[in-house]
Amino acid sequence: MADELKDIVLNYVTKEYLEDDSEPLTYETPLISGGIVDSFSMVSLKRFLENKYGIAIPDDEATPEAFDSVNKIVSLVQRFVAKKG
Amino acid sequence: MAYSDKIRGTYQAQIKGIQDAGLFKQERFIHSPQAADIEVEFPAGAPLKKVINMCANNYLGLSSHPDVIKAAHEGLETRGYGMSSVRFICGTQDIHRELEQKLTEFLGTEDTLLFPSCMDANAGVFEAILTKDDVIISDRLVHASLVDGIRLCSAMHDTIKHSDMGHLEEKLQLHADKRFKLVVTDGVFSMDGDTAKLDEMAALCEKYDAMLLVDDSHSSGFIGKTGRGTHEKCGVVGKMDVITTTFGKALGGASGGCVSGRRELVELCRQRARPYLFSNTIAPVVVAGVLKVMDIISKSTERRDKLEKNAAYWRKGLTEAGFVLREGDTPIVPVMLFNAKLAQDVSLALYDEGIYAIGFFFPVVPQSQARIRTQISAGHEMHHLDKALAAFTKVGQKFDILGKTKQDIIAKYGM
Repeated sequence: MADELKDIVLNYVTKEYLEDDSEPLTYETPLISGGIVDSFSMVSLKRFLENKYGIAIPDDEATPEAFDSVNKIVSLVQRFVAKKG
Repeated sequence: MAYSDKIRGTYQAQIKGIQDAGLFKQERFIHSPQAADIEVEFPAGAPLKKVINMCANNYLGLSSHPDVIKAAHEGLETRGYGMSSVRFICGTQDIHRELEQKLTEFLGTEDTLLFPSCMDANAGVFEAILTKDDVIISDRLVHASLVDGIRLCSAMHDTIKHSDMGHLEEKLQLHADKRFKLVVTDGVFSMDGDTAKLDEMAALCEKYDAMLLVDDSHSSGFIGKTGRGTHEKCGVVGKMDVITTTFGKALGGASGGCVSGRRELVELCRQRARPYLFSNTIAPVVVAGVLKVMDIISKSTERRDKLEKNAAYWRKGLTEAGFVLREGDTPIVPVMLFNAKLAQDVSLALYDEGIYAIGFFFPVVPQSQARIRTQISAGHEMHHLDKALAAFTKVGQKFDILGKTKQDIIAKYGM
């Protein structure tokens, strides 16, 4: 699941936030601290993941740190998917 | 002592950081009324210099119009200087309501409420009409005052890529479960000078049962055939749910703003918007001036027609000279320089040539998109524009940026 999830998140972030002439992202690119995604725009990514995986990420877990790279987002989602059982 | 050396040192280091990054902003002191020709002290202490102003929001050239000044004098004589009260205690005069009614008619809405500024209108409107069960979907390039107002409100906030209608539709679908959806945009975007696709936005809002708010601060008075704003240009007068705008630009340029729109939304602002409730409204002298401005622009489109011609002439001249411009058809014509230091150096060189035009750079615009934002006025005559074009061309040659692409300029001066 992890690899597929990584690509889903990477593709979503690329399509949602990057302009056509932007540098391509890696799994480790800092998204929020690197100025690619502002904390407002994180909302749609959170809602996308919640809808797709049937999870609810509480606001106190959806921190800028937890959303700061594709790898970090994947860890967060996996944790909530596991909780769901 | 509360303000310790440690505290002072921390702030001094922050200021030095701004200076070292080439991002420090300095005011220039103007000793004359706002107009196409102004007298400026710059740097501080320098002798006064006569320059042509190419960066004011004085789109209609009404900031120092004799009829507006006369009306303001009369307002001062008949209604006094200050109100010493917020609106709902004893701070509302007949002329405040008269101006609200004139604005409602001019903008084609149901009601209007004055605010001390459009910044205040934007700070107050969202919290007054939305709750945590709602969502705001804004263009990513909306004005900072809208962003701040949205931050003060408990509604969810999402964004769309600039003017991307496909993206807007996706977001309206994504947030279909929310109680209310409010789409937010500038009418004319202040840094790029492009116009929102309000017709397409209004259609999408209708399709997905969303409300539409436009900040028309850089449009009211001159965009559209009779200057009513972006909604007139896009053929959607009457379809805007909320318009916020300012009197600090085309409409006399003094101060003040308003929320205009659906009757209930305006009423909720009157009941709940904190900048309205906890601050004095616009001073009587300013209200009297704006009332005269509304008279002038309601009687004739002469000034906005002249502005349109001036802007087209200016854009054509800069294009032929070989500058990289942001595309558009408004009086905001950004000359793209990309590098923050280059923008400041070009601005200084223009000043030496008698042209006042300021460099804009991060954080006012995104990194690597530094520019000189030129703004055209109906107060400009052909001789102003021709002199400014000659100066821009001379400075462009000096910095070797004429006929060069974005890539060429970045290669020479850096991002």
